Order: sequence, then structure tokens, then C-alpha cells
Amino acid sequence: MTETQTPTWAFGLITLGKGLAVLVGLLTAAAYLTWLERRLLARFQLRLGPNRVGPFGLLQPLADGLKLMMKETFLPQEADRAVFLIAPALSMLAALLAFAVIPFGPPLELWGVKLFQLADPDVGVLFVLAVSSLGVYGVILGGWASASKYSLLGGLRSSAQMISYELAVGLAIVGVILLSGTLRLSEIVAQQAEGVWNVFLQPLGFLLFVIGGIAETNRAPFDLPEAEHELVGGFHTEYAGMRFASFFVAEYGHMVVMASVATTLFLGGWDGPFVEQAPLLGLLWFALKVFAFMFLFIWLRATLPRVRYDQLMSLGWKVLIPLALLNLTLTAAGVAALGAS
Amino acid sequence: MSAVPPDAYLVLSAVLFSVGALGVLLRRNALILFMSIELMLNAVNLAFVAFARVWGDLGGQVIVFFVLVVAAAEVVVGLAIIVNIFRTRETVDIDDVDLLRG
Amino acid sequence: MGEWIAFVGLSVAALGSGLAMVLGRQPVHCAVVFLVTLLSLAGLFLLLGAEFIGILQIVIYAGAILVLFLFVIMLLHAHSGEGPRVKLRAQPVLAGLLALGLLLGLGTALLSAASLGRPHPGPPPEGFGTAKAVGTTLFARFLLPFEVTSVLLLLGVIGAVVLGRREAPEKPPRERAAGTARAEAKAHAKGKEKKEVVPR
Repeated sequence: MTETQTPTWAFGLITLGKGLAVLVGLLTAAAYLTWLERRLLARFQLRLGPNRVGPFGLLQPLADGLKLMMKETFLPQEADRAVFLIAPALSMLAALLAFAVIPFGPPLELWGVKLFQLADPDVGVLFVLAVSSLGVYGVILGGWASASKYSLLGGLRSSAQMISYELAVGLAIVGVILLSGTLRLSEIVAQQAEGVWNVFLQPLGFLLFVIGGIAETNRAPFDLPEAEHELVGGFHTEYAGMRFASFFVAEYGHMVVMASVATTLFLGGWDGPFVEQAPLLGLLWFALKVFAFMFLFIWLRATLPRVRYDQLMSLGWKVLIPLALLNLTLTAAGVAALGAS
Repeated sequence: MSAVPPDAYLVLSAVLFSVGALGVLLRRNALILFMSIELMLNAVNLAFVAFARVWGDLGGQVIVFFVLVVAAAEVVVGLAIIVNIFRTRETVDIDDVDLLRG
Repeated sequence: MGEWIAFVGLSVAALGSGLAMVLGRQPVHCAVVFLVTLLSLAGLFLLLGAEFIGILQIVIYAGAILVLFLFVIMLLHAHSGEGPRVKLRAQPVLAGLLALGLLLGLGTALLSAASLGRPHPGPPPEGFGTAKAVGTTLFARFLLPFEVTSVLLLLGVIGAVVLGRREAPEKPPRERAAGTARAEAKAHAKGKEKKEVVPR
């Protein structure tokens, strides 16, 4: 954790600064991901995409944000007021909180405080799992509180989906934990920086994690909760204005967090060429890897048709989870045989 | 007054346990009743963790792990039973379920 | 000092939400406030130096068990209230008295116990309550119980599948529609199974 010699005020100040920087960074990233997604999708479909507001449409997210802020905040008549209001907040909280334990840069220290990681608990991996499992609440409660059939069905669907795929994701992560022998994320990254990236040791686990991650963030081709032709807008059908924006930003924040976790666990986090000479390069490598994942997410959305709900469930339960268990068994056998870590 | 004595946690655990028991005795909605049982389990967990701290023995924390596992299994079966009762009798009020047949 | 603030805040949250859960009218509200109880208890576990167990509490209780509760509440949504039929008129009074009696009994037991008033045990030893320490204890001292829990979980899975299965005769009349309904039901039943696998 932190050195005790650091004066409390310095520690508090740095932590506060780090927290603010990460929060602003994440929200900006989420906002600009919407821009990136629209531009890229347009490119994939031989269109131009938003290009009117600012150069290359770069100010589009600001315009969208302003528009959403100006909109009437609407409360459905039968809605359960309290739950309706806290659901978006819960969603947002779960999406942003997980980033607190991700080491997004090399372990540089200022007065004994790590600069590029908000907190480094002993149980970092479990913390990520715990927080992402709380993300279900926003969806299921938002769907229920809207008092609308579409919302309720969308909410139930997406929470069933998130729960199912979380299991495959969790099992894929266990393989990495077996290899590294620690739950502390900074150590997992440090081990990869010294040795081999986990993606080469756990190719199957990596694949499972990415597929499960896409499904858990409710992205295409697994974006059934938002299947327009059957469920209108899914769990957030009744939401408007900034509350809708919270769900929207939470979704993109969740994507960023998923990509960051995948980067941290499998792709060596901030590790990359010349990091030892210029540690600040680590930030760039990390951002690049996360960006690659985001590009993959958008690419998949432009390429693949949506799967049916029963296909989704049987893929999760009959393919991914058995494969994850197989991967786990093989990894455990390998670790036992070679005595790694 | 620098550190909280573990006894404070034990007292809290006792109060929480009584609240859970109150729920079990008071409520007729099977789902809320079930959640009250979970509250009682949680209160006991708190006592175990507090004892682990008092004695410096991790056995207390391991017991909590076991309680969590048992609670998971119990909830799955219990909720399945509640759903089954609802399917046949259209109610989750335990006062309506007083026959030993479907 | 900081510990006191955290302790008082968390215990007020835990007690308040626990009471609200027990007395709430709307089952979904009960589940939401129970989430607050679970999270504050996880915070109290952290204060007691049980880092690993605190996180497990969130992953298993808040992330799996309570979600399952919410699922069932929503599936049974239309009729999930308490019926108008009152069988025992004095139930609230009796329940209150019994719970109070239990509290008094527990209180006297605690007060008379030898543990009370013992000096504070001091800061926990290095590595107390970490995943490593708990894991070592689990696999060294509690290996047999640990293995037995896996049997228990397996039984839970089987029980959920057996109970959650719809009766077979429902299927023949509308083969296709029933087929999709079965797939949905199966998906929900599977959702339940998941709960047992997580704790492992």
C-alpha cells in the first residue's frame, strides 16, 4: 500500500488529485467513445458520420451532452420514484468504481504515493469482480422501476445475460490468478512486464474473457437488452435527459473498464517497448491497448448480426463455461506440473 | 477512544440478529421472511469476524466463508421452493400455505 | 478516531437499512435496502481486518444471492404482497415481544461473557485476513469441511434444477411456443445454478 512517512495532507492531496483526474479522464473517454463509435460505424457503412460540430465533429459529444441536459427529465406515471432515480446512479457508480484498482501506468511514486493507480488492495481482482457484479442492479432496478413491460423484460434479460457471462469471465480470470499466484493487480502486471504477457500463456482464457466481456457489457452482437425490434430501448426505454445519459455513459464506462481489465490481466498493462527508459510511455501503451479493444468492440458491432436470446444463453452456458472450466483444469495441471510462481 | 473495541461489533451483531428475528416472526411474505433469515446469518457472520479479530484466529473468518457457501445453496433451493409454491397456489403469503399437499 | 466515525456510520446504515428491510411494504424496496445492509456489513468486515471476507461478502451476497432474490421478486411481481387474511391478530405484538426478549437474552449473554471489557487486542498481525492467510487456514485446518461444501453445492445445483423444472405434460400441445418458453425457463434455472458455482 502506501509508505507511512508521507505526510497525511500530501497523501490526501495526491489521492484527491488522482481521483479527480481519473474521473474526468474516464468521463471524457466515455463521451468521446460515442463520437468514435459514430464516426467509425459511419466509415464501416461508407457514410461520413457526425462532422458538423467542430473539426471532424470533435465537439459533437459536447453538443449531445448539452442537448441531453436541456431535455425534460421525465418520470413515468406508474414509476417507482425512488428506485427510478437511484438506478442510473448505481449503474454509473459500478461502471466507474472498478477503475479505482487498475494500474494504468508504471509504479512511479511521488512522496511514496503511487501516481498511476488509485488504490492497490490485496484483493484487487476480486474488487473488480465485486464491483462489476453490482452493475446488474442499475439495469434490473431501472427496468423494474419504469413500470413498463419493455423495460421490465429488457431489464430481466440483460441481468440474466450479465450474470451468466460474468461466470465465464470470472472463470477465465481464475486462470490468470493461478499463474500469477496473487490477486494484487499491480503485481500481476509487474510479473508480465518481467516475463511473458498472460495472453501467450492463456490464449483460451483471453478469448473467453473478451467474448464474455462483450456480452457482459451488453454490446453487439450480444446487445439483446436493446433489441429495438422487440424491446424498444430495453431497460432504459422510459429514461430521458441526464438520467438516460447516465446509463449511456455508464455503458461506455463499463466498456472502458472491461478493456482496461483485459489489458491489465492479459496484455501486460502498461508494459511495452522502452518503458524502462521512459516510464511515462507506459501511460501511452496502456491507452493504446485500451483503444485497440474499443476499436474491436465497434468493429464487431458493425460486422456481426445480433444473436437470438436462446443462442446467447446456450453459447454462454454450453460453450463458454465448459471451455472456461477446461481452461482452468489445464492451467491448474500445468501449474502443478511445472511449479510455476 | 482511539480504537473501537470488538465488543461494540458484538453488540451490533446481537441487535442485527434480533432485527432479523423480528422480521422472521412478523412478516408473512415468504420473500421478505427469507431475506430476514439472511439478515440473521449476516449478523452471525459479523460476530464471527469480530471473534476472529479478538482472538487473532483466522478460523472465525473461514467459518464466515462456509456460512456464505451454505447461504448460497440454501437461497437457491429456498427460492426454487417459493417459486414452485407460487406456481401452484398463486401466493407467497405463508399464511395461505398451510396444507401439506399441493 | 477515524475508525469510530466509520464504525458509527456503518452501523447506523446497517441497522437502519436492516429495520427498513424488515418493515418494508414493497419487496423490491426491501431488497434494495438490504443491499445497503450487505454493503455496510462488508465495510464493517474491512474495519475488522477481514479484507478477503469483506470482498467475498459483496461478490457472493450482493452480487449473486440478492440478485437472485430480485429476480424471483420480479418474476412473481403481480402478487408478491401479503394477503388480506390475518390468522393471528396479535402477531405483530407477539413478534415484537419475542424479538425484544431475544435481544435482552443475547444482551445479557454478551454482558456476562468473559470476553467483555477485555483490553483491545491491538493492531492485527501483518497479513491478517488477506486472501493468502485465509486461504492457508482454509486449506490447512478446514480441508475436509471445504471438500464437503462442494458436495453441498452440487446438491444445491441438483435441487434447483429439479425444483425449477416445469412439469413435462405442459409441452405437447403447443410444441414450438412451449419450446421457447422452456428455453427461457431453463435460462432462469441456469441463472440460479450460477450462484453455487461462484463461491468456489
